Amino acid sequence: MGTQTASARSRNGHAPNGKPFMATDHAFADPDRDTDGRPSTIERVVKAIAGAIGSRIPVADLDERDPDYIRESLPAQWLLASLWFRGEVRGLGNIPEDGPVLLVGNHSGGNVSPDSLVFTLAFSTYFGVERRFYQLAHNLVLSMPGLGFLRKYGVVAASPENAERALASGAAVLVYPGGDHEVHRPTWEGNTINFDGRRGFVRLALEHDVPIVPVVSIGGQETALFLGRGEGLSKLLMLDRLFRLKVLPISIAAPWGLNVGDMLGHIPLPAKITIEVLPAIDLREQFGPTPDVGEIYHHVTTTMQETLDALAAERRLPIVG
Amino acid sequence: MRVQAAIDVAAPPHLVWGFVTDPTRYLHFMNGITRWEVASEQARGCGARYRTLMRVGSAEVGGLVEIVEHEEPRDLAWTSVTGIDQRGRWRLRERANGARTHVELRLQYGVAGAGLLGWVAEQVAAPAVRENLRRSLRELKRQAEHEQARAAVAARRAATQR
Repeated sequence: MGTQTASARSRNGHAPNGKPFMATDHAFADPDRDTDGRPSTIERVVKAIAGAIGSRIPVADLDERDPDYIRESLPAQWLLASLWFRGEVRGLGNIPEDGPVLLVGNHSGGNVSPDSLVFTLAFSTYFGVERRFYQLAHNLVLSMPGLGFLRKYGVVAASPENAERALASGAAVLVYPGGDHEVHRPTWEGNTINFDGRRGFVRLALEHDVPIVPVVSIGGQETALFLGRGEGLSKLLMLDRLFRLKVLPISIAAPWGLNVGDMLGHIPLPAKITIEVLPAIDLREQFGPTPDVGEIYHHVTTTMQETLDALAAERRLPIVG
Repeated sequence: MRVQAAIDVAAPPHLVWGFVTDPTRYLHFMNGITRWEVASEQARGCGARYRTLMRVGSAEVGGLVEIVEHEEPRDLAWTSVTGIDQRGRWRLRERANGARTHVELRLQYGVAGAGLLGWVAEQVAAPAVRENLRRSLRELKRQAEHEQARAAVAARRAATQR
């Protein structure tokens, strides 16, 4: 995928033949081929698996967001967020009342990420389900059996094309630039913003001339004992090439005990989730007409880290809050 | 789910009415309310719309509401336009020949179609909502009686000067 140009992709992130782009579209080049140029057995098997998974990734359709469904499920979300996570969201008034906006969050909690739940609930009740709100998620999340309902909440596969379409529709878009790298960081790095140098969100905001609103959360990394990302293991099993998965996280989590991959999720511990929404950053107003992407990235991550440090200082005990 | 609270205020109904119909005062005496903004051209009376939010648990819930009943100085009712389903009512009744007011605040809320979990959420939220209403009425009583006392002192002073 990385070697393909953006122009070669269709607007929904799928290849012209209608199949979703996968890491395998380009990944297995000459080194894996037989000397006569035919694909090796390994390559064929790997491509078949990737194709099967890829076919499950739905075509991005912003219309799949269903405000009535969201509204009817608010009470269930509220119960979970209030009773289990004791969620607290501050500063929602910092989000512009209307128009497109890029919400940039730090991501925590492994594959069962409580910060997304708490923030989505808070956004939906504060602005109303009528306001268009999309969240970008890893392809694999949307292709998992039983998680199709997430699309009704406005979850779409993370790709520049989908983010562009969502912003162009005037929606608020929530992105987690750190993605799988950040969400599976070890618990002892829980209070660290780690976007892994991914600056695409800055370019996206500049391209669409939308403000960035940083969203900082704490507590998600206390919902299990995250031991490591397992990047070496992922590479060994070729998951990075198959599914764009650069990690194979290892954690100790209920009900599994030792949890490798977190593919089936886990039961999160009832850690208190606190989220603070920071003032909107108008990029051209603050950084000039031709802003430097690196400077903005540094500013956003530094501001978020300072807020996270302050939230961490407020916290008396892990999980309890 | 319907919750309500009531209190007797040592002030005439028209004075209390001035509080409950003034959208700028809600943030000062309504407990848990984080937003009560005028969202229509008219600020009071039937058809006036307000954007309201009340903090309950981990969310600020509410939505756009519209005044549907405005009978001075007795009843003020609103119903939701967007957001969660809600219907609220201020009920003011004269006591002690107009010297006191019995104030009742009712709030019905829920989400149609939310099923069993919706019912559970309404029950779980009820104590917090009820407590918000009680505290709001206590604060309304304090502010209204304070204003009534100031008005009485001003009236006495004016009479003395005459």
